Amino acid sequence: MLTPLHEIHVALGAVMTDFAGWAMPLRYGSESAEHRAVRTAAGIFDLSHMGEIEVVGPEAGRALDHALVSDISAIPVSRAKYTMICREDGGILDDLIVYRLADERYLVVANAANTGVVLDALRARVAGFRAEVRDRCADWALVAVQGPRAAAILADLTDAGLDDVRYYAIRAATVAGTEVLLARTGYTGEDGFEVFATPADAARIWEACLAVGSERGLVPAGLSCRDTLRLEAGMPLYGHELSADITPYEAGLGRVVKLDKAEDFIGRAALADRATAPVRRRLVGLVPDGRRSPRAGYAVLDPATGDHVGEVTSGAPSPTLGHPVAMAYVDAALAAPGTAVSVDVRGTREPARVTDLPFYRRGR
Amino acid sequence: MNVPTSLSYTGDHEWLSVDGEIATVGISAFAAEALGDIVYLELPEVGAALTAGEVCGEIESTKSVSELYTPVTGEVLQVNDALSADPGLVNADPYGEGWLFRARFRETVELLDAEAYAARIEAS
Repeated sequence: MLTPLHEIHVALGAVMTDFAGWAMPLRYGSESAEHRAVRTAAGIFDLSHMGEIEVVGPEAGRALDHALVSDISAIPVSRAKYTMICREDGGILDDLIVYRLADERYLVVANAANTGVVLDALRARVAGFRAEVRDRCADWALVAVQGPRAAAILADLTDAGLDDVRYYAIRAATVAGTEVLLARTGYTGEDGFEVFATPADAARIWEACLAVGSERGLVPAGLSCRDTLRLEAGMPLYGHELSADITPYEAGLGRVVKLDKAEDFIGRAALADRATAPVRRRLVGLVPDGRRSPRAGYAVLDPATGDHVGEVTSGAPSPTLGHPVAMAYVDAALAAPGTAVSVDVRGTREPARVTDLPFYRRGR
Repeated sequence: MNVPTSLSYTGDHEWLSVDGEIATVGISAFAAEALGDIVYLELPEVGAALTAGEVCGEIESTKSVSELYTPVTGEVLQVNDALSADPGLVNADPYGEGWLFRARFRETVELLDAEAYAARIEAS
């Protein structure tokens, strides 16, 4: 599938990649330069592959309380929440951002690879409530502007007072003369905005942002730097840190589970058990002593015994820090920060140290 | 794509510059572009024995790790030390400052001239 910005990516000479059936820009030039631009100025991303699902109706909030692990009906109008949809056994089907657009209207944003699964699960779970699930994927394009200069760039293009659009807030606004939903959310560890626009308006917004942003250092940014940005920020990626075999507690995200909400929800019993059970493995950060990067799937070993004690879920050379960083699930006994471990890097045991996440936190 | 006619190439996207029994080895601009930003190289050590067509190192970019194949059989005389401080030289100047190592060689893998190599990457 092609996003509404496909021709722009091709004209910019992007290296394209297949992502969940979508042709997406991996990088336009140097992915390290794109990464640094987002950390120091701003980057613009096409995220039109993300899945937009609306849940509307008098019981939309209750229905989502039942379907998801968080207290969705408690989200104030115009605010957003990071949450998850789990199976009955507590395994994560997807991580989501839910925006409350109105009293009886929610926008659920799912990962591209999971949109079908989330749609099916929501439809099944919402049945019986006075609420309706609407697939809006084809109706919304999504453009993100992320970085310390994102607000200054968008301020030139929007009627919205951006000081009033706080972190994890959303509002209807005009951007570059088009009607959009403007959200202060992102996946880079920087301040930034996500702009939901109609597919027909997406190119206009993209071009307008670059027209006013280029002189402030705004550059087109691809999925490659999006991955290293979120890795530095310690943010999980479904299929790597999150999967149906992992519960939110192991992922260190138990805070999103609201066990005591009024509405019963799918996965509650299993998650209540997991909440009190000792966690066997934990998601941790790893920093190797050397320069070879641990990568997804590499084994984590006990340096004393050589025993397999975990697995790397994501790893890459960090453009900001100048050395490799990785996330891994390791046995709880070796999960304390400072613990020495080894990573099997293509047959060689490379020493590494367990660290807290995130690796990078933006200055305020 | 930049494919200098003065060099020889391999199907694994290395280039060679031969001067008598000394070969200088690097990777092509096509390979450097495909890898993305190179952040770390593991190169053979000076004095190491090379066997043409075998793995002699690694090239790590942000997104991936690739094996480096030696196109020559022989002995490593010199490695490009500048790359440990600035591996991005391979992206910036793959045929110049981004060279990888020099070796005294006895034989090579099957080599392509610039025209044949350009045709091969065109077809890929």
